[in-house]
Amino acid sequence: MKRDEDRLKIYRPQHDTDIELPMAESTVHAGFPSPADDFLEGSLDLDRLVVRHPEATFFARVEGDSMIGEGIAEGDILVVDKAVEAYDNCLAVAYVDGEFTLKRVRMLHDKILLVPANPRYPTIEIATGSDFAVWGVVRWIVKRV
Amino acid sequence: MYGLCDCNNFYASCERVFDPSLEGRPVIVLSNNDGCVIARSNEAKRLGIGMGEPYFKLSQTIRQHGVNVFSANFALYGDMSRRVMSLLSRIAPAIEVYSIDEAFLDLRGIDPKKLDRLGHTAADTVRRYTGIPVSIGIAPTKTLAKIASKLCKRYPKLDGCCYMYRQEDIEKVLRKYPIGDVWGVGARWERMLLRCGVATAWDFTQMPPEWVRRHMSLVGLRMWKELHAEACIDFENNHPAKKRIATTRSFDRPASTLDELHQRIAQYAAACAEKLRRQHGLCGEITVFIMTDRFKEGAPQCCRSRLVKLSVATSSTLEIVGHAVALLKSMFSSGFAYTRAGVILSDIRSDDASQQDLFDTADRTKHDRLMTAVDALNAGFGRHTVGIASEGREPFRMNRNHLSPKYTTDWEQIIRVKAH
Repeated sequence: MKRDEDRLKIYRPQHDTDIELPMAESTVHAGFPSPADDFLEGSLDLDRLVVRHPEATFFARVEGDSMIGEGIAEGDILVVDKAVEAYDNCLAVAYVDGEFTLKRVRMLHDKILLVPANPRYPTIEIATGSDFAVWGVVRWIVKRV
Repeated sequence: MYGLCDCNNFYASCERVFDPSLEGRPVIVLSNNDGCVIARSNEAKRLGIGMGEPYFKLSQTIRQHGVNVFSANFALYGDMSRRVMSLLSRIAPAIEVYSIDEAFLDLRGIDPKKLDRLGHTAADTVRRYTGIPVSIGIAPTKTLAKIASKLCKRYPKLDGCCYMYRQEDIEKVLRKYPIGDVWGVGARWERMLLRCGVATAWDFTQMPPEWVRRHMSLVGLRMWKELHAEACIDFENNHPAKKRIATTRSFDRPASTLDELHQRIAQYAAACAEKLRRQHGLCGEITVFIMTDRFKEGAPQCCRSRLVKLSVATSSTLEIVGHAVALLKSMFSSGFAYTRAGVILSDIRSDDASQQDLFDTADRTKHDRLMTAVDALNAGFGRHTVGIASEGREPFRMNRNHLSPKYTTDWEQIIRVKAH
């Protein structure tokens, strides 16, 4: 008997992927299974589309029109992700002068600019070294039409 | 190795996430009905505001130091807690949620050389994702992990994680660690140990185990072993179902008639029953208590509580309210201004193992179906849509004069961002 070939090989399962298998819904009775079962992919979930980091995602509502140039209007809902690090030209919620504000954040070598998208509002300049921090980066905007 | 992750001043930190101007300023959070202090930021602790201190006694300190006051916003704290726990459970192989702001991490089987890094990553991730600062202690036992996490809070230089595993490090820490701060040492044991000259955790580890066993039973011996780095407190993977469920409130104005108390007790009992069903439990004991304001000098004082043991465990609102009200009636006496009351369910077990009683007269399946329907209606249409008649129509409003918005659980109350 060739021992080596008889030996059971044990493979460790890989746990670090996050794939969900689609479920076939119709149970198997006698009769015809649904021809669609093989193509079943689960319904679309808006949450999965817009929420990448569930623990870090917060919703916020826009008040005012300083970002109207980008189509962001009063009442729109922002999907804000605190897990995403601020990057140059990101749309972000920042805490400035005692309130949350929505701006494009330009990160230049000697300063940070908070840029509105409406000529009626000024660009805010923040010197490097001040304790300014972006609260969260906006990933999606939910808009009622 | 075991980890303990503790959120720093959790309730105050939750408020700060959504109001960053509170950073560096004293914050306190009040109990239900704004009765007393249940959480304090470090700045508030430094002002000498004590845990449990009645709110009305603090007005001067609050005015003088500009203390920010919040009514407990449990919808918010619960949601933030869920986020923290969810992150931890992704980072550690298993976690045991110990309370709203604490979880044990099961780190057995992980290369000890990687643990310092893992702890810091966990602390940093929770902080970045949720805005909540945490202190993680990692050590050979749960009891030592708790101590490590406390250390981490005391020394900001540790940057969120304290990994304590070398024998000499542990000894150094225990020599300075007050015995009263050790997990499991209550006021009674602390007094007894201090009398015997045991002032620090180290002193305790130097006592002979037979002495510990004799004076502090097996529980004390287990603690002694845990401090000697011998793990003996099990890891519970699943949230252990609550062993007691309570709904207790201070009233906004005193109640002196049976009628007034009757309605309140019925409401609290109904709330308890709902919580009980949510965890699929049955209770075997119901306690009701009523008390007057113990801070009011000169007023006649009365504090009563009474317990009933049920022959058949139940989770039915009808039965629980019925028993609670009967208890109230049996002990009520007039002539007192009651300011606090509560209902406590205990002897809780899972609802799959109820034993049948020969003398049971209630139609249990019918009750079960009714209760499922009541819970569904209240979940769909808001609290207090359906209740039983003795709960009264209007819930007694809790005083919550300093409540922050439910930023994460109500679309109408989400963060407002200015675009102007």
